[in-house]
Amino acid sequence: MTQTQKFTPYLWVLLFAIFIIGSFSFGFTPGKVIYQSFAQSFIEMITFIPFLFIIIGLFDVWFPKEAIEKHIGKDSGINGILMVIVLAMFQAGPLYGAFPVAHILYKKGSSIKNIFIYLGAFSSLKIPMLGIEIGYLGLKFTLARTIVALPLFITVGYFMEWYLKNKNFEVYEVTG
Amino acid sequence: MNNALIFISVSISISLISFWQDKQKTILGLKKGLKMFRNIIVPFLNILILVSLLLYLVPPQLIVKYLGAGSGVTGFAIAAIVGSITLIPGFIAYPIAASLIKQGASYGTIAVFMTTLMMVGVVTLPLEIKYFGKKVAILRNLLNFVVAIVIGLVIGIIL
Repeated sequence: MTQTQKFTPYLWVLLFAIFIIGSFSFGFTPGKVIYQSFAQSFIEMITFIPFLFIIIGLFDVWFPKEAIEKHIGKDSGINGILMVIVLAMFQAGPLYGAFPVAHILYKKGSSIKNIFIYLGAFSSLKIPMLGIEIGYLGLKFTLARTIVALPLFITVGYFMEWYLKNKNFEVYEVTG
Repeated sequence: MNNALIFISVSISISLISFWQDKQKTILGLKKGLKMFRNIIVPFLNILILVSLLLYLVPPQLIVKYLGAGSGVTGFAIAAIVGSITLIPGFIAYPIAASLIKQGASYGTIAVFMTTLMMVGVVTLPLEIKYFGKKVAILRNLLNFVVAIVIGLVIGIIL
């Protein structure tokens, strides 16, 4: 890796920081508005993502591949599906927070189907989110949406497994 | 904020139990978690930057204007596209959805908007590609887009 490649990921962060500092010093309103929504999302992220990774790290050292594979691997059947759905329900945050978990599930021998069912359940069945949804949109809407969504993302899981079988599917570890 | 508190207390309790059981393993686990967090922080920051820029360009008032009462099929289509491209945090998206309902938007439009927001992410696609590879990431997003449309249509019919 050359020096330039090493610093490219930071380029946007740096430009953004300059833009925001500039906006505040010259009283550029759009910049201030953008900063406010950035700060809000940043606080939302920073208050749970580090702790998510603590849990992922500990999960990684405590649970050997064989133990997890038995429960959510190729031969896990309906119990495996239920297990990844329940796992997803107890999480929070936007979908990109689920990708590192998908990597760990893959590493621990999860079936392809269960990885995608996990992502589906993560995006639409998280308990904290359901709470907010009921509050804003009502129980009827939330229930209807959940009941319609559930069989659909299980189907997506089966489809992905069928499609990716024998295709060397992998969930990579992202390193910067 | 409550979610964060739950996350923090759960992870601290798990760490303590783990530490009490096996000191070395716990340190190794925490190091692994920290390393993964360090790797992900810059890609995550980039997403947040993009999200805040997009939110400025497509402000909630504009979304409400185009998805409100009588927006019909066009509203449904706009909801699907805006929901797919942007990533609006829950604490902003749900109030938008609630005010849309109050202003007469259809449940189907709201369902497709919320579902694409949650399941399809064009903004996060570059990051998703790093995890799953280009083909799989694009396929997952396309499939989930179709799923979201189906959910929107079914909700529109039954509610």
